[in-house]
Amino acid sequence: MTITTGIEKKTAVAAPPAGARARFRLGRTSKYVLLVLFLVMVLMPVYVLIVTSLKPPQDVNPATSWGLPVRWPWESVAPGGPTGFDNWTIAWDALGPAIMRTFALAIPAALISSFLGAMNGFVLSRWRFPRADWVFTFILFGMFIPYQAIMTPLVQMKTSLGLPSDISTLLLVHVIYGLPICTLIFRNYYVGIPMELMEASRVDGAGMLRTFRSVVLPLSLPGFVVTIIWQFTSAWNDFLFALFLSNQRQGPVALALNNLAQGAQLSNYGAAMAGALLASLPTLIVYIVLGKYFIGGLMSGSVKS
Amino acid sequence: MRKGIRNWGPPLLLISPTIIILGIFVYGLIGANISVSMSDRHSLKPAENFVGIENYINLFTEERFLHSLYNLAIFTIFFIVGTMVFGFLWAWMLDKGVTAEGVFRSVYLFPMAISFVASGVVWRWLLNSAEGDRASGLNRIFESVGLGFLQNPWWSDPTWGMAAIAMPAIWQLSGYVMALFLSGFRGIPDELREAARMDGASEWKLYRHVIFPQLSPVALSALIIVGHMSLKVFDLIMAITKAIYQTEVPATYLWIALTANDYAKSATIATILLLLVAVLIVPYLIYTARAEKANR
Repeated sequence: MTITTGIEKKTAVAAPPAGARARFRLGRTSKYVLLVLFLVMVLMPVYVLIVTSLKPPQDVNPATSWGLPVRWPWESVAPGGPTGFDNWTIAWDALGPAIMRTFALAIPAALISSFLGAMNGFVLSRWRFPRADWVFTFILFGMFIPYQAIMTPLVQMKTSLGLPSDISTLLLVHVIYGLPICTLIFRNYYVGIPMELMEASRVDGAGMLRTFRSVVLPLSLPGFVVTIIWQFTSAWNDFLFALFLSNQRQGPVALALNNLAQGAQLSNYGAAMAGALLASLPTLIVYIVLGKYFIGGLMSGSVKS
Repeated sequence: MRKGIRNWGPPLLLISPTIIILGIFVYGLIGANISVSMSDRHSLKPAENFVGIENYINLFTEERFLHSLYNLAIFTIFFIVGTMVFGFLWAWMLDKGVTAEGVFRSVYLFPMAISFVASGVVWRWLLNSAEGDRASGLNRIFESVGLGFLQNPWWSDPTWGMAAIAMPAIWQLSGYVMALFLSGFRGIPDELREAARMDGASEWKLYRHVIFPQLSPVALSALIIVGHMSLKVFDLIMAITKAIYQTEVPATYLWIALTANDYAKSATIATILLLLVAVLIVPYLIYTARAEKANR
């Protein structure tokens, strides 16, 4: 694994100068107090999401809104009434199909743009051509544009080509607008790893494609993990393209969640919060399991390798 | 090494699909957008006339658009200052080595993995504007810990409302800025600090003359990235308040114009957004390209 995020601790930590022990301890304690305080602040919305999602609607009221649920999630206020778990059932009914569609969107989008990004990154770093830096900047600009800047003609184009308002159009769009970031990540990745083998293969007269396939690709796994995570997360979380190019019935989970939260069951905060948790689960799991690579992608977003 | 087409033909061929696709879908569509913005296509009917910059003039003399720019400015200021302060503070505290650093780091950064739509669900509730007995969300917390005077209408406030909308954005992106600063801190060679200490530099002078200058490229990156995200803000506002006048920014105004089929207007807003972002990004891209060339 050669992905470095640059934020890991260095191995040696300098010892504090002797003599300043007492002051040091006080400073240390207050630092931990602050750190934990911030930890609580950052986790507070998660607490609210979880406890509210487990309360039956009758128990969601301002006075007890911060409290833990007063009954088990399978118990109802009145016999036969809704329970806390019912929130989750409602949320799953509203989001389930959309979640499946979003998997069908995000996984291929991630794979396709990663593969194209790997090829681009390879020729921009290791098999260069004149003016490669200009081409790189040309590609990179696409990463920073506000997508609103192309949305009006894109919507018109979609209408005039008769493209469907569903996942397939979004797949196309995510692949296209994912190209710049994937190219950037792979270019920086290939610049950073030694490739004597590649040089050797080139000297041996192997062609570009063969060198890419047999020498470069086998070394690219960490790069792929980073771009796939990045693309998966952004396609999963995308709301802008989804709103402009798809519709409620055929669109991804972000649209379905927004509808659940603002739609008919406006008063049912519990179901909306259960839905928010459901919709966040896939990206959260990716973050927890592959956090290091997730951060690697984030850091590439700052252009510098 | 041999020069010529045998050498650079294949790589150019390999990358040409991307060049063509982005040529069409980035540069081509930007061009198309500008052309629509200079037409009178205010409905589903095709454009009839070229109107030059008339749409731009109309927009900048419109109270509603100026209000959306005001909102965007307030949001951006609070968003940038908030993420920079928390990001720097967290990185600074974690840099010196703390037990369970990984736990703090991961927790501070995790909101980044969540969509604005999902976090909008909970923040809409946290930023509930009801006060007193009916208060919920943050106002309820203030009420119950005796800080009732802190209760406020959040985003319903006409002047500072957008600062409340910036809170969830700060919550989501401070961890990212922290990661950037942390990589900056850890990129500073230990020898540099040691040397300054040997010379008898006080802790403040060490920061003033050694650490801050070393961190400034990172701070610039963070500023640019957060700044350009801020100008594009859309999802969060849609999730918390929907597209309403009170919290309108250019991006949500664009959505309203486009759903009303006023293509010329939405395209005009889009061009203005693009220019705002370009003012930030183009110098940055040039700067980075130069710095990289100098390093090579």
